[in-house]
Amino acid sequence: MILLETKNLSLGYGKTTVVENLSLKIAAGDFICIVGPNGSGKTTIIKGLLGLISPQKGEIIYNLNRREIGFMPQETKVDPYFPASVLEIVLSGALAKNPGRVFYSKDDKQAALEKLKLLKIENLACENFARLSGGQKQKVLLARALLSSSKLLILDEPSNNLDKTSKDGLYKIIAELNRRERLAIIMVTHDLDHDNLLGDKILSLRDETIFFGSTKEFLKRVHHE
Amino acid sequence: MNSLVEMFSYDFMIKALVVGLLLSLSAALIGVPLVLRKNSMIGDGLSHVAFGAFAIASVLGLAPLPVALPIVVLTSTLILRLGESRKFSGDAMIALISTSALALGTFAVSLAGSNVDINNYLFGSILSLGNADVVVAILLAALVLPLFVIFYHRIFAVTFDETFARSIGQNTKLYNLVFAVLCSVVIVLGMRLMGALLISALIIFPVLSAKQLATSYKAVVLSSAVISLLALFIGLVASYLLDTPTGATIVLSELAFFLCANLTRKIFKIN
Repeated sequence: MILLETKNLSLGYGKTTVVENLSLKIAAGDFICIVGPNGSGKTTIIKGLLGLISPQKGEIIYNLNRREIGFMPQETKVDPYFPASVLEIVLSGALAKNPGRVFYSKDDKQAALEKLKLLKIENLACENFARLSGGQKQKVLLARALLSSSKLLILDEPSNNLDKTSKDGLYKIIAELNRRERLAIIMVTHDLDHDNLLGDKILSLRDETIFFGSTKEFLKRVHHE
Repeated sequence: MNSLVEMFSYDFMIKALVVGLLLSLSAALIGVPLVLRKNSMIGDGLSHVAFGAFAIASVLGLAPLPVALPIVVLTSTLILRLGESRKFSGDAMIALISTSALALGTFAVSLAGSNVDINNYLFGSILSLGNADVVVAILLAALVLPLFVIFYHRIFAVTFDETFARSIGQNTKLYNLVFAVLCSVVIVLGMRLMGALLISALIIFPVLSAKQLATSYKAVVLSSAVISLLALFIGLVASYLLDTPTGATIVLSELAFFLCANLTRKIFKIN
């Protein structure tokens, strides 16, 4: 089942175009890595898919509610000393299904605790976010994204600032979510050589050319160059 | 005790207490998202704009409140717009607007000669509060409290991570606008009691004190409100008993709470 499709999509800011003519389809269970150097348009694509910027040309066809795309930002985009409990942060993901809600229901709280359990951090529910390690913070943000969507997750450099052990652990969890829950994943990453990185498809933005295809095909091209 | 009874037998003290408590509660709640998003300087900038507007209204012989309120509200929306601009940084724009407003106010007062008492605007005066201030304070609190309860979870989402909040359908621009407007009302109203140079303390200090001890957002909100009310009451009583300027004494009371919170955090190794 196709969740999202872009047709000749061009994205940018003002009169500047950053990404041109991007056509891709994202189906349930896909694992797509977006790779490319700084400034190549990775974040712009994410913003476009999330509906935070409008297309300059082309279109995005959603076969799911756009609000229900789970988003996990880079850890550095969030104030590391923000005074909030882990549960408060994860629960905010429940607003995706009903943005106008005044109070959280018991089901919301139960679902939030289940996401924490899934990521093996249920013991941190009442902890202060500011006191967590970088890896734990990333898992909290992942739990929030999971609460907001059970179909498609967009992860923006989730392993930034993590040591190798935490990075391995996080990639393992993401791969499991993709395999077990059939969750489609779009992940921006710089880790081209990481064992766990490569999903089934790659969107590469290098030298002003866009490659979108299978990981195997991409690796063949890279080895040839 | 007798002094307290005597203090509240004066009409102006009752007005100051009612306006002060309602104002400090509203300021503390509005301050939570502003301070946690590192936008505290908006309050400081707007207080300088309010000074300019008050001064010009006085020189022209107009009632200050109806003149200052729309000017400060409009300026707050302008600051937000300029802050979104890629060309200028938000804090630089606040500095540009606030110093210009301060200069305009001072210029207008100097042209009018010695007919306008600039000290009242800079440092506040408990005697300047009228019935209109009491009504506006009640309306402000009646607006801020239900808004904060109804939008509590959404305000949290926007405050913690604006990009995520936008991605799940929250109108973050509207939240920013509402908070800037409410902040303007607090500034204009509070300036009469606290003065242009001190009013931003009501918005910033309680949140900074609460942040040191609280381990959740809910605790920050509740403790900010409680600290703000206590600091206002203690400051008001102290200023009467010691015969000191009200605004300055309230800010020193806020500072005492901040230092106590800091000490408690260090002793008990909280956060």
